[in-house]
Amino acid sequence: MTSTTKSVHIKDGPPSDVEEIKIESDYLRGNLINTMKDSLSAGIPDDDNRLMKFHGSYLQDDRDLRNERQRQKLEPAYQFMIRVRTPAGFATPKQWLVMDELAHKYGNGTLKLTTRQAFQMHGILKWNMKKNIQEMNDALLDSIAACGDVNRNVMCSPNPNESPVHAEVYEWSKKLSEDLLPQTNAYHEIWLDGEKVVDSTEETEPIYGATYLPRKFKIGIAVPPMNDVDVFSQDIGLIAIVEDGKLAGFNVAVGGGMGMAHGDEQTYPQLGRLIGYIPAEQTVEVAKQLMMIQRDYGNRSVRKYARFKYTIDSRGLDWLTGELHSRLGWELEEVRPYHFDHNGDRYGWVKAVNNRWNYTFFVENGRVRDTDSYKLMTALRKIAEIHTGDFRLSPNQNLVLGDVTSANKKEIEAIIETYQLENPAEQSALRRSSMACVSLPTCGLAMAEAERYLPSLITKFEGLLDEAGLGDQEIITRMTGCPNGCARSALAEIGFIGKGPGKYNMYLGGGFAGERLSKIYRENVGEKEILDELRPILNRYAKEREQGEHFGDFVIRAGIVAATTDGTNFHKV
Amino acid sequence: MALQVTNSPFSEEQVELLNRLLPSITVTQQSWLSGYLTAVSSASNPVSESAGTTVAVLERPVIEVPAAVKEVTILFGSQTGNGQGIAEQAASTLKKQSFEVTLQSMSDFKPNNLKKIEHLLLVVSTHGEGDPPDTALPFYEFLHGRRAPKLDHLQYSVLALGDSSYEFFCKTGADFDQKLAELGAKPLAPRVDCDLDYDEPAAQWLAAVEVALQIHTGGQSAAAGLAAETVSSTQYSRTNPFRAEVLENINLNGRGSNKETRHLELSLEGSGLEYKPGDSVGIFPENNSELIDEIIKSGNWNADETVEINAQGERRALRVALQNHFEITVLTKPLLEKLSHYSESEQLKSLLHADQSGDLRNYAEGRDLLDALKDFGPISANEQQLVSILRKLPARLYSIASSFQANPDEVHLTIGTVRYEAHGRIRQGVCSVQCAENIEPGDKLPIYIHKNDNFRLPENPRTPIIMIGPGTGIAPFRSFIEERSETGAEGKSWLFFGDQHYVTDFYYQTEWQNYVKDGVLTRLDVAFSRDSAEKVYVQHRMKESSKELYQWIEEGASVYVCGDEQNMAKDVHHALLEILQQEGGKSPEEAEQFITRLIQEKRYQRDVY
Repeated sequence: MTSTTKSVHIKDGPPSDVEEIKIESDYLRGNLINTMKDSLSAGIPDDDNRLMKFHGSYLQDDRDLRNERQRQKLEPAYQFMIRVRTPAGFATPKQWLVMDELAHKYGNGTLKLTTRQAFQMHGILKWNMKKNIQEMNDALLDSIAACGDVNRNVMCSPNPNESPVHAEVYEWSKKLSEDLLPQTNAYHEIWLDGEKVVDSTEETEPIYGATYLPRKFKIGIAVPPMNDVDVFSQDIGLIAIVEDGKLAGFNVAVGGGMGMAHGDEQTYPQLGRLIGYIPAEQTVEVAKQLMMIQRDYGNRSVRKYARFKYTIDSRGLDWLTGELHSRLGWELEEVRPYHFDHNGDRYGWVKAVNNRWNYTFFVENGRVRDTDSYKLMTALRKIAEIHTGDFRLSPNQNLVLGDVTSANKKEIEAIIETYQLENPAEQSALRRSSMACVSLPTCGLAMAEAERYLPSLITKFEGLLDEAGLGDQEIITRMTGCPNGCARSALAEIGFIGKGPGKYNMYLGGGFAGERLSKIYRENVGEKEILDELRPILNRYAKEREQGEHFGDFVIRAGIVAATTDGTNFHKV
Repeated sequence: MALQVTNSPFSEEQVELLNRLLPSITVTQQSWLSGYLTAVSSASNPVSESAGTTVAVLERPVIEVPAAVKEVTILFGSQTGNGQGIAEQAASTLKKQSFEVTLQSMSDFKPNNLKKIEHLLLVVSTHGEGDPPDTALPFYEFLHGRRAPKLDHLQYSVLALGDSSYEFFCKTGADFDQKLAELGAKPLAPRVDCDLDYDEPAAQWLAAVEVALQIHTGGQSAAAGLAAETVSSTQYSRTNPFRAEVLENINLNGRGSNKETRHLELSLEGSGLEYKPGDSVGIFPENNSELIDEIIKSGNWNADETVEINAQGERRALRVALQNHFEITVLTKPLLEKLSHYSESEQLKSLLHADQSGDLRNYAEGRDLLDALKDFGPISANEQQLVSILRKLPARLYSIASSFQANPDEVHLTIGTVRYEAHGRIRQGVCSVQCAENIEPGDKLPIYIHKNDNFRLPENPRTPIIMIGPGTGIAPFRSFIEERSETGAEGKSWLFFGDQHYVTDFYYQTEWQNYVKDGVLTRLDVAFSRDSAEKVYVQHRMKESSKELYQWIEEGASVYVCGDEQNMAKDVHHALLEILQQEGGKSPEEAEQFITRLIQEKRYQRDVY
């Protein structure tokens, strides 16, 4: 990856409104204690909602009902989304059962496994929020810093079968998550009836300071050859380097990020650039220093230019490494060799290194729920009741049962059988490598459908693949309802980013192992155009592809789209 | 309705003369007389007292024309805040030019105010498939709806925001532009359509608007805005109901509610009808046609056979008579007695036996004419005899939910739809289900105004008011608060509301939120009984705030209760007594006496049903 020379235009200006809110919030307290009690609205004011994010939650409304309710003289159907911090997506069976119970008691009866390996619950009403958080807390789960301008849930490859160092790497993800947590007592005071800190100004945020970060900050750890965490989409991507069967350290990539804004080409998805190798014991220190550089230099005036990638691109990678080295007092080593094969999950039973078993479920778009024909949520509850190992949420919104004993395996197989969780009709290679964000009706940013629409579009793609004789082909297909990129569409071989109801920008040519961004192919197209465009390309791919050639590589070789070599030329057609 | 000294501007002698004359004159004579009086009145311009409400001649207040002011109203419909930003910019620029600027979101703007303003600037964006922003939707629909007024007096300009990569670029702005022109408004400066880079075109638009405003406000004529007022010529009343056009019919309950509560807006235009907060509207409903079919079928009657419907001998087909003129959903003792003349049923005879009144009540409970015809058939009555056993179909009264001051020519109602199952059949409230299922905007309902002087706002606009109105009991308080808002009354106000579920059953929620925000409603306490394990009702909320409540009463507040009589009104009454004892240190007897005094002073008024 070459470092970019193009400078991002960043306007100097007064701090954005969010910066003011943070400053005045008294370390994330704001007026939340009172506004959460106010009975005039099931919502909360915008300012407090900004702070709410730092507590892992924010206010949404059911957008399907928005106009209807406005006519009915009712406020929007306000409800809270809460995101649970689960480093590396790890949860015990007991915690799974608690999340299942809370989803039914306070949420909308479903759980969303996110693209950052966290649990998300939707549809919680204001007056149930505190009870919900308290009951989570009793199960040692919290939502601190799951959203907001802080270090978010730390991702880590959950597939222990891939490497003997998994346990060690997992510990690092947990440590990063803990050590980079905000220190304010606000969460405990507001939600857990914790004692009020008498003079909160004495409380310090040694890493963050009173205004926290300019924008969200993401860290992920990949264990080659699997790039399931999309390590280059992270603000800090760590690539585990294994030597002599042991974790030696990490290659460090910086400045990745998926988000952009329609119509503003100064915003773009970007891949992380490798800046060197560090021994494992320096992980937290390096992450902390990088985060503090972003804290000090990130744009606090215009939020859409505030991500770490723009801070780096506007000053250059050399500036960053220089700044980092001077803050560390030592220099990073040369990048060590590594290789990624793919960024998808491997399904079904796999025997792990310690004579235990793992089972990976495909969970379409991460939505755990029961339908009339597919009782996934019930089945997983039954499994959690007898499972002696653990649950691991995958970065592709799937679910891994980890550490299954041979005896336990039989019982679990019986449950899988009873509930027909391996229905082949639902499990084409294409579908299993697809991913969509939540989008409508709850996401306030959504411009088009994603989670509710992608499954039916995939069914149509399956038809196209069958026509072309590509039935078993894995093609990474992702859809987001807006350009913020929660489902990392810009890294997909076929990507869709919502523009308006039923309309998407269509991207092609992302790398199969998450190593290359895609390129816009068609702007603002609906389903018919999408299918009409894709059919001949897939037919060509079937005829002209080379041995083992992935679709994303093919469309570039065939000249259908140009390769995106860096985020700064993402928009260049 | 008879004229009285208290409800008319006449002396006792005049009232007596009029009351003798009015009932005897025909409709044609009425029309002639009112036309005559109008002509006389406009010719001689007699000194009129405050307008009586039931008299034919209505002296409308002449609209006052303000001296030429440099007023301009800027409305924005903004999703992302861009539009709002531009609108705020425009407002501050124009203020510096000493314009009197009103800046509002379209969602906060009361469309009725369109008649009062002369210069209107719209800044609005377009979304999705050419849709207005959410906050602009009600205003957009108003202008595109049947209630859009003529806007000949208005000058306007539109700044449209959009994204040209979408098919319907700036469509909402264009729609507004076209609609305003259709309604007679004159463009002040041409519409400008802005793409994502809107700064420059927006600035150019504002500059053009500024120039145009300067020119137009320079030579303003004071005669503008004078609207010709029509004078009504017919007297409408219970006996001569006005056929009011339905303007709006909304279900106030969100999806998933156990209830269906209708908000009806009716037009009074041309009726001359007026009302005060606290009054009710009577609606003459129609019986359900399926029920009529079954009744006619049960006795093999002829639907087209005409029957007498009144003492004057007017005749209608049986079907029409059962639909519009007779009550068929309630069983009474006289009805069953008359029915027994046409029935051989032993069961009916025994029910009517003097000792069996309890049984009769039990039988009648939840049953209707069709049940009786089936249970006690065969019935030997012919069509005429059938209707002769029935009562006249009564009008249904609903507390008015609007202020006449705030909505001249309109009246709003809040109607809870009654549906329940009894004795193996779904039973339906005649009027409420008609309104819920069969009435659409554009339809007409026969109505009249029912005065209620026992439920009135305090005469002193500074007197605090405490309003307790769960469920549809909320209706008159919407009227109270609209009135106080419209008249700028300064008194504090406190509303208690409750129902089953917060999310679906918070009637008029967004209006209350705005009233609280604007300070018109001082305080609002809500109780939703089915959102928590323990059922919470309004009386619990009252007791939670007993100290403040008592203080308000001490300060002279008037207390109003509207809604369910059986449980709510009793519980609220007890809660009040408890509060008086607890906070006022009164004995139970003293508390009772205190309440009695409040009632005498008209400071404790109830409209319960």
